[in-house]
Amino acid sequence: MKVSLNWLRDYVDITLPTKELAHRLTMSGTEVSGIEIIGGGWDNIVVGEVIEVKPHPNADRLRLATVNLGTESPTSVCGAPNLALGQKVAFARIGAELIDGHSGERIKLSPSRIRGVLSEGMICSEKELGISNNHSEIMVLPDDAPIETPIGDYLGDVIFDLDITPNRPDCLSLVGIAREVGALTGQRVHLPEDDYPEVGPPVDELASVHIADPDLCSRYCASLLTDVRVAQSPRWIQERLIACGMRPINNIVDVTNYVMLEYGQPLHAFDYQKIRGGRIVVRRAGDGEVLTTLDEVERTLNPQTLVIADEEGPIAIAGVMGGLGSEVRGETTSILIESANFNNVSIRRTSSGLHLRSEASSRFEKGMNPDLTILALRRATQLILKLTNGKAAKGIINVHPVKREREAISLSTSEVERILGMDVGIDKVRELLGSLGFECKEKAPSELMVSVPYWRTDIHLADDLVEEVARIIGYDEIPITMLHGEIPTYEPEPIIPLRERVRDILAGYGLQEVITYSLVSLGMLERAHSSGAVRVANPMTSEQEYLRTTLRPGLLKALSSNEKHEDGAIWLFEVGRTYLPREGDLPEEREMVCGIISGPRIAPLWPGGGGNFFDAKGVVETLFARLGIEVRFEACEDEVLSPGRTAGIFAGEKRVGVLGEVHPRVSESFDISRPAFLFELDLGDIAPYTSAVRRYSPLPRFPTSVRDIALVIDEGLPSIRVKGIIEGSPLVSQATLFDIYSGEQVPGGKKSLAYRIIYQSPSRTLTDEEVNQEQERILGRLHRELGATLRR
Amino acid sequence: MLKKLDEIKSKAILELGSVGGLNSLEDWRVRYLGRKGELTNVLRGLASLSLDERKVIGASANEVKALLEAHLEQKRAALKEHELSMSIELGRIDVTLPGHPLPCGRLHPTTQIVREICAAFVAMGFQVVEGPEVEWDYYNFEALNIPPYHPARDMWATLWIDYETETGERPMLLRTHTSPMQIRVMERTRPPVRVVVPGKVYRYEATDATHESMFYQIEGLAVDENITLADLKGTLYEFARRLFGQERKVRFRCDYFPFVEPGVELAIDCFLCGGRGCRVCNETGWIEIMGAGMVHPNVLKRVGYDPSIYTGFAFGLGVERIIMLKYGIDDIRLFYGNDLRFLRQF
Repeated sequence: MKVSLNWLRDYVDITLPTKELAHRLTMSGTEVSGIEIIGGGWDNIVVGEVIEVKPHPNADRLRLATVNLGTESPTSVCGAPNLALGQKVAFARIGAELIDGHSGERIKLSPSRIRGVLSEGMICSEKELGISNNHSEIMVLPDDAPIETPIGDYLGDVIFDLDITPNRPDCLSLVGIAREVGALTGQRVHLPEDDYPEVGPPVDELASVHIADPDLCSRYCASLLTDVRVAQSPRWIQERLIACGMRPINNIVDVTNYVMLEYGQPLHAFDYQKIRGGRIVVRRAGDGEVLTTLDEVERTLNPQTLVIADEEGPIAIAGVMGGLGSEVRGETTSILIESANFNNVSIRRTSSGLHLRSEASSRFEKGMNPDLTILALRRATQLILKLTNGKAAKGIINVHPVKREREAISLSTSEVERILGMDVGIDKVRELLGSLGFECKEKAPSELMVSVPYWRTDIHLADDLVEEVARIIGYDEIPITMLHGEIPTYEPEPIIPLRERVRDILAGYGLQEVITYSLVSLGMLERAHSSGAVRVANPMTSEQEYLRTTLRPGLLKALSSNEKHEDGAIWLFEVGRTYLPREGDLPEEREMVCGIISGPRIAPLWPGGGGNFFDAKGVVETLFARLGIEVRFEACEDEVLSPGRTAGIFAGEKRVGVLGEVHPRVSESFDISRPAFLFELDLGDIAPYTSAVRRYSPLPRFPTSVRDIALVIDEGLPSIRVKGIIEGSPLVSQATLFDIYSGEQVPGGKKSLAYRIIYQSPSRTLTDEEVNQEQERILGRLHRELGATLRR
Repeated sequence: MLKKLDEIKSKAILELGSVGGLNSLEDWRVRYLGRKGELTNVLRGLASLSLDERKVIGASANEVKALLEAHLEQKRAALKEHELSMSIELGRIDVTLPGHPLPCGRLHPTTQIVREICAAFVAMGFQVVEGPEVEWDYYNFEALNIPPYHPARDMWATLWIDYETETGERPMLLRTHTSPMQIRVMERTRPPVRVVVPGKVYRYEATDATHESMFYQIEGLAVDENITLADLKGTLYEFARRLFGQERKVRFRCDYFPFVEPGVELAIDCFLCGGRGCRVCNETGWIEIMGAGMVHPNVLKRVGYDPSIYTGFAFGLGVERIIMLKYGIDDIRLFYGNDLRFLRQF
């Protein structure tokens, strides 16, 4: 909402400097988000009167104008065709800064000779003053403009751009802002005059109003004017409308807008002659009824829409927009002005259903008070009469089927203190509320009965009054204290610490954390072989239409986009949610971890194939080791991952994740050029295993014996089975693979695995002989169960 | 014999002078002091001498032995010192060569600041809880005092889930703020309550340098007997001090959110201009970082808390905005675009 301070002065005296006023308004809830100063930089420009016009001796198109500035009467050369004797004009003295009419640049006026005649200043166009782009003529001021007044004082203004919160429709008006300013600065508010002579026939003889649906229209007032002449509004109305961001149309429409800005009450003017039968019915639209609105769009209505109708059909959508057929036009001579109160929910439903928002609907939907209708109607009628010399019918139509009691709220000083944490005396409370128009009666020694002024539709509870008290005192005055009550019992959510540990561990292993969008495109999900995702009904773009069911597509995309500028390794991970649909319920949100590894970072433990598979596996293994969870890996299948290079990750019998090489076809579909390895873990599945109570084991007291062996086994045999048999021995504490070989030294179809075996007993020192015997037993089992032979 | 001892002494000392390494020093020791060394040989020959002679020569031989051993130790120390300084000299390296690189991962800046913010509140007795990102209209709006067709719904442009009930309503949405957790937490516990809720929120919003469709918020809620607006002010001032430092100024002004009354907006003085007014702070000198207020009695009633007994405060802040201010980031789209050249800076 834009507010001209010049206009605001009609209702309240402004006693604070502009910046201070803006600060006070902002602090009290009416945020001043912008301040525009009109006429700043108009030094040395004053109001003058043209007292003599003579032809220029050397130029046909130029004339010499002598301008009375009060104490002096300089002469200037002027080329404007509209220059005339007796005009009041804006005269720039030498030294004034103006906008050059041709170049648009700011220039300083200096004395100059034009075609041989000295020009002692300049009569300004609107463009030269920066008011508009008009440079074809000089700006002519009203006849009553006082000579010698600096033009900044006469035309200048300050425009506040205010952010009005949705609870304060009353502040979408000059009077509302004036009330705020008045309360903040201790000034009285003056309402505009609204007396006018009623010379026409009684209004009831000319028109009638029937409210068929009082639940949607609690009050409908109307006045009727005849013999009006539709024309342009006077300059002052136009200027004020423009300053507040509205476009002038004609004197009738401009007044309805002017009064809407003044009081906040939307008004509508109908061409009375177009109201068939002179009878207005406020009713729900019939299903399929049609109305062409002022914006020349034909709209099909339904019974949820409230319309203003005449005998034949709708002539306006109530509170949203008028109909084209009853619009006030140049030939209109009699008008009916509507000032009504419509149900806020109904208006919002209608305007959002029709995708039609207007100044009127955005006010009505916030809830207006019915008492405002009559004030605004009288004011508008008075203004139109003043501007058009029309005649007002006697009386006004005032149909008011639903009357509301004025709200009265009990407020004690202890309640104020209970909420604010500060003692505000009863006299102070009464004074503050009084400044905002609340009427306070003392109910008990420290309790008031507060009656809410009609324009405040947002105040219903004592808490609302407490806010009024606080904001007028100023939040700066609220003391600063700390919470001092009991700290609530801690109820841990185990997944949060687990998730944060996983983040730290993975970053510690060199993976960069990313956060990708929860919303992805259908294509991305399909490329990651995922289906059945939850869809958004009103996506902003198809790129963000579905809730991801897996973190994979986001990471694959992140890898792909980073490959374009990264030569080295790209190791990424994300910890985030997936959203799995559930019938008739919110989707299940699962906390997942996904990592993607592309390019080597760590020197491999052994040479040979597998690429980064074992980097990825190493990360997963070490992660679980840090979490204290034992996991095993089993070959498995996954549509996104390459067959034969994919492992399921198991904790106990529970599959908690998967690990593998991204399938070349998937890589290609994401435009990934290098091999990539991915793991995905379900934190919800892992969490239960982290809660196991861990016990310490005593340090080994007896020495170890170390033996290295190399075994030859079938190429396809999983190594885990060898390790399983070796570590199955009660005397073996650990078996570590340290070499793999297949080639000339071993037969075809076989591979050699070299293990370092550590023998240790918790109860005694093992002799060489015992170790040798145990190793023989192990080798025997390996041979029997796996066909393994010792490589010599 | 004495002459012989004298000869050995002179010869040994002379030879010791030319010993240049620990190995040849050992040879020298074996030659003169070893079990078969020259001095030992002399001592061995004592057996054939008379007792008196033995006494004289024996004493003299021991003197020589002690002398040679002293020389030996001296020489050994000198040689060790020499070898150490030699090996140090040879061991000189170019310390400006790069270290062997270890993989270096980092946490996303959002994760880092979410943790920092939560930690500030945890230190004040708040507990971190989380809630669903896909929500019912009831929790996101209705229970927060924002019924259907409430004009304040415009404050949150909403992404709705493609799900309709039999009556044709769309009750499911992507939460537009973390505030629904106020209701969920109060529904399942009794006062006192003190929680912070970090999480993703979503808006129906065209993205540009300052708008994202997905971002993080942190919600806070404290409910108990005797909680006041002054406590809210104290809590938020303390938070701002911890996060932004002692020197930042904090502004507490009246604002409107349907689920609080009185309502508050918290702003800090502009990082860039220090409060004089600039483009970043829209010439106001202040940057809004959080909405807050006293929990609305209607909200308390809704969850069965008696507003005549309990009061509380709630707040909600946008995480990315704070990170952008902190690091001077001028485009919010960088956050979830995941360009490593951006992420590696944090």
